[in-house]
Amino acid sequence: MTSALMIEAHGLTKRYGSTLALNGIDLEVPKGAILGVLGPNGAGKTTAVRILTTLATPDGGSARVAGHDVVREKAAVQRNIGVTAQDATLDEVLTGRQNLVMIGRLSGLRRADARVRATELLERFDLTDAADRILKGYSGGMRRRLDLAAGLVTRPPVIFLDEPTTGLDPTSRVRMWDVIREMVADGVTLLLTTQYLDEADELADRIVVIDHGQVIAGGTSAELKTQTGGARLEITLSQPHPGAADALGPYVTGVVDVSHDGRRLRAPVPSTTGLATTVVRALDQAGITVDDVEVRQPSLDDVFFALTGHPTRDADESAAASTESDPDPSAAAVSEPHVRDLEVARP
Amino acid sequence: MTVTTAAPPAAPAVRPPAIGGLARRFSDVATLTGRNLVHIAREPLQLSDVTVQPVLFTLLFVYVFGAGVVLPGGGSYKNFAISGLLALNLTTSSMGTAVGLSNDLNSGVIDRFRTLPMWRPSVLVGRSIADVLTAAVCAAIVALTGLAIGWRPGGSAAGIAGGFAVFLLFSYALSWGCACLGIVSKGPESAQGIGLVILFPLAIVSNALVPTQHMPAALRFIANWNPVSAVTAASRHLFGSPNPSASINAWPMQHPVAASLLWSLVLLVIFAPLASLLYRRRASD
Repeated sequence: MTSALMIEAHGLTKRYGSTLALNGIDLEVPKGAILGVLGPNGAGKTTAVRILTTLATPDGGSARVAGHDVVREKAAVQRNIGVTAQDATLDEVLTGRQNLVMIGRLSGLRRADARVRATELLERFDLTDAADRILKGYSGGMRRRLDLAAGLVTRPPVIFLDEPTTGLDPTSRVRMWDVIREMVADGVTLLLTTQYLDEADELADRIVVIDHGQVIAGGTSAELKTQTGGARLEITLSQPHPGAADALGPYVTGVVDVSHDGRRLRAPVPSTTGLATTVVRALDQAGITVDDVEVRQPSLDDVFFALTGHPTRDADESAAASTESDPDPSAAAVSEPHVRDLEVARP
Repeated sequence: MTVTTAAPPAAPAVRPPAIGGLARRFSDVATLTGRNLVHIAREPLQLSDVTVQPVLFTLLFVYVFGAGVVLPGGGSYKNFAISGLLALNLTTSSMGTAVGLSNDLNSGVIDRFRTLPMWRPSVLVGRSIADVLTAAVCAAIVALTGLAIGWRPGGSAAGIAGGFAVFLLFSYALSWGCACLGIVSKGPESAQGIGLVILFPLAIVSNALVPTQHMPAALRFIANWNPVSAVTAASRHLFGSPNPSASINAWPMQHPVAASLLWSLVLLVIFAPLASLLYRRRASD
């Protein structure tokens, strides 16, 4: 058996009408890894997940999941995957328990096994109290948790989560992250799409950034941050000092910016460990006292901006967004603070 | 030798068996049938279509029409009308198939089904079986209402069973036609609207509620060849009820049982494959 790639896609293309949703996507996820697929609305994330989960047929390229071709061996792929789609894919009229039992039965579990598994999952996802209520009465967070549970009924080795926290309030979102972390502790292979940069940072081992149907960058969170040119040093002195900027000279990679009161100094620095200690020691030796020092790593927001030239929610998404299913108006509302964060963070 | 020791850490105890076995297909169909029945039981509108409506229609038609209709050849309108009411109720309630399927196709649940390793046609087969079971409940309610107000079938037990059987077979066949409608329609409301426009005239321009002898020639022709007429006449014949159509010189009215079976078969042969084709086309991108 070759290297244990659980998800591999090569040159996937998919066109919907006049929109090129995917323009040659390559993805590789080794066994047990968590890949974050990051991109704005309409970038092609959902289309990629739909192809990998056998819901859509690619126009070009190929993909294998758990070693099986997603077009020619659909059934084998389906036996190895758990899917939590962006839209609720549960039965609104059934209870939480009935939904899970039904999915277990339709996945080939015997009735008794399906019942045991449903009870287990309801307990694990903190839904025992709501288990026998129909879904119409569930909150958004409860639905998402049940949707996640639904993807785990058969303990599949490969799991796809398409924007698992879009539309959730901040508390439910953090709770969902805990649930996902606990889930991957079982050693499954996970592909997670998100338009939240902090979410990818928080959950994924590796991240690929996609935009307009193409992978525009990939790597670990740290590697991506390095691509944008390192960190920023921010120092506040106790007193203004004429020699401060010169003392910092050997440690920075650009111009030291001194505020007009002379107390605050800012400069780009390489992302190396121990930098704050080194800098403070150097200033101390020059007789300069420091009130505050911060080495700020670039956020993934900065990364996305550096790569695409536009913030995560771009203005020209409307054309592509029409093919990407995103009927949830609350999604836009929730990501609003991110846009604001971005603008505040960027000097 | 290469050994794949890196098994998934999760217990493989619940790893599903291979699909394709006949038992799996039965199990998938049964699961979805049960799910659809829960839906019907929990949707007040659909439930009333098969519980309240049959009682209401039966009482209204028997007492309102019964007061004015004189049957050619004589006989009790009550005994005549129950077969017609079965036809009316079962024909219009088969719209539930279109509405239910359209609901599913317009919700995310169908995507969930499509990612599961299940027998794909079970979505349609489970729907049609749930609907024939619902139709049986509807038929039973018409019959019980009829019995309560004095309907007395005259035929043998086998005849009575046969009378219901031709209806349920027809209802099953019709539900595949309605499945096609549900798949091609934009949403449940439009499925319901179009369904009503097709099914209501189908049920009314027939011998179900009035004898056809006095209809205008064109309508009479349609009524004599309408599958609903054939099924209704067949059930009257088998129930031993008054069947004025027996004197009409048209092949389906002369051979109502054969005609009703033939009609059901034709509908099934056309609509079942068509529904599968339309479903496959709709549920793929």
